[in-house]
This record gives sequence, structure tokens and C-alpha cells, in this order.
Amino acid sequence: MSFTPDIRLFSCHYTSQQSCADEGHELQQLNFPENIKMTRVVCTGKLEETTLLKAFEDGADGVYVVGCPADGCHNVKGSQRAAKRVEAVRSALGELGVEKERAKMFFLPRGLHPEFVGAAQEMNKLVTELGPSPF
Amino acid sequence: MIVAERKPLAEIIEMVQDCKKILVLACRGCVTVCSAGGEREAEILASLIRLGLKKAGKSAEVFDASLVRQCDKEYIDAIDQFKGQYDAIVSTACGVGVNFIANLRPKDNVFPALNTTFFGGSAEQGIWTEQCAGCGDCVLHLTGGLCPVARCAKSLMNGPCGGSVNGRCEINSEVDCVWQMIYDRMGCLQRQEEMTASAPIRDWSTSRHGGPRKQVREDLTV
Repeated sequence: MSFTPDIRLFSCHYTSQQSCADEGHELQQLNFPENIKMTRVVCTGKLEETTLLKAFEDGADGVYVVGCPADGCHNVKGSQRAAKRVEAVRSALGELGVEKERAKMFFLPRGLHPEFVGAAQEMNKLVTELGPSPF
Repeated sequence: MIVAERKPLAEIIEMVQDCKKILVLACRGCVTVCSAGGEREAEILASLIRLGLKKAGKSAEVFDASLVRQCDKEYIDAIDQFKGQYDAIVSTACGVGVNFIANLRPKDNVFPALNTTFFGGSAEQGIWTEQCAGCGDCVLHLTGGLCPVARCAKSLMNGPCGGSVNGRCEINSEVDCVWQMIYDRMGCLQRQEEMTASAPIRDWSTSRHGGPRKQVREDLTV
């Protein structure tokens, strides 16, 4: 049975600049999965654990965060803080008997780059294989 | 401050598995400072309880709120604003808070979300260490301000013992021997002579050995 996962992406304002190119059409042309809903944030360091958990409560099958390289964050430690929160969510998922892989952190360079689409495709493949969220 | 940490989720969810309306109640005192049971942690826990119950095929309304403290009667009274909205309280306060709710709300179910661990301080961000045992008969004036009751594995009054090696405790090589620290500090303070005196046999009745303790301040009671 085919399954199209509901995936939520929270991305740093700078890392996701690509999404703005060509009025957002460029990502589609590069095969960015349409089932990934992106929320841009001023800095991933601003994300709270509750924001990520709320996405699961709202029906997400997978949630991932894309922030600046850990040693090159525009706000110095924002993406490092985000990674800690993603790890806390992964740990909690593990406690609940759910695959930790449903939450993931990516550190990617800013601006136009293929890795942004690559991360989306990787997450899409991973969550598709995991199947629907048990929540 | 009182330091605590969240219980395993499975334990918490088992406590509330049959509840339909759950109030996750934060405390804005010590457990907020040690990031275990403040408003942020209560909000996270409420979300995790909802997810955990949903996964178990159960449904419940779970909401979170906070009190200034859960260790004062006046603040516990604020629970009344949620009357009728919950059939169980999951308290993210220390054990004192849970006890206070149980004392003052005999008909309310109250469950602990945290394990209360010790009296301590923040050594650095994200790290807390035990500093005081609340033993009721402080000897810090004799030990350069460092507590042998809380920080010596044997709570020795005349240390160090033979298990002190290179300034570390025999229970764990990462644990400082507090008696070595006391010795070094008294030396810095030029008070090392005081360490030649033997501490007398200690009366532990002021500690837990005397049962639950109570303190009455006549000047404050009305």
C-alpha cells in the first residue's frame, strides 16, 4: 500500500533562502518533495521542543530541522541549540517506543545548494520506509 | 536549590493511563531553575503525555499550568481556579510540592513527574552537583565551608579515609575527595592546625534519623 508521509521541516531563514528563489518554484523544479511542509524560522535556535512535538501531535509522520553548520551559525550557537532540542525529542520518542529517526537535525550551508533538496529527499525516503506515525 | 529530574515517561504515563482530564502543574521555584519542572518542562511533558496516551489508544485532555511555588499553602490555593477541569494532577514540582498538594487537597489525585535528587547548585550550564544534605547540624564552620556530610561518600566527620587516592574518592575516580579539598582549603586559609582536633561522635538525631523534622518560628507564627 502506498504511503505518502506528512513531513514537517523547520528551517533556518538563511539555510532555506533557496525556497524563495524563482518565487518558490525552483525547489519544485529540483524535486523537493511536495509532501514536506516547510516553516522558516529566524533561527533554529529559537525552536522549542514543544514546537517539534506539536508537529507530531498535529499528525506529522516525521519532523526535521535544517540549520546552519554547527561551527558557522549566523547566530553563533543557534543550530547547536536546535540540535540539542531535536536530540531531546528523539530521546523522548525512544522513551515512547517510537523510532527516533522520525526526528532529525541537518546542518547545511546557507544559500543555494543541492544538499537542501538532498536532505528533504533523504528524510522523505526514511519516513516513507518507517510508515505512518503511531501517534 | 532542590534539584530534580523527570521520571521516565513510561512511569508517568502508567500513572495517568486511566485519567481523562490531566493537569500538568509546573512550579516556578527550584525546579524551574534546574530546568526539570518549570513552565517549559510542564508544557513539554503535557505534549509527551498526550502523545504517549494516544499511542496507547487512549484519549485524555491534558493541559498545563503553573504555580509560583507548590511548597506554600497560599500558592496551592491557586489550584482552585482549575476546579472541575482535571481528575488528576501531575506535579512537576519536587517531592515537597507533591506532598503539599496531597496534604491540602485530600480528594485530588496527585502524581509526581520528577525524581527529587538532592540539594545542590549549578556547577556550570546543565550540570548540578550535590552540596548539602540538610542534616540539621551544620559543621561548615569547621570544614572551610565544604560539607563532609553531603560530599563525602561515608559522611565522615574525621577524614579523609584510606580510600582517598590522589584527591579522588574510592567510590569513583571522577569524584573529588571532599576531605582532601577541606585539607587543601584549610591550608590556604592557614587553618590547618584546626584539623588536628578530632570531631566528637555525632548526634544524628537532627538528621533523618530523628524522623520527619519540623521547625517552628514563634516570632513568625500568628
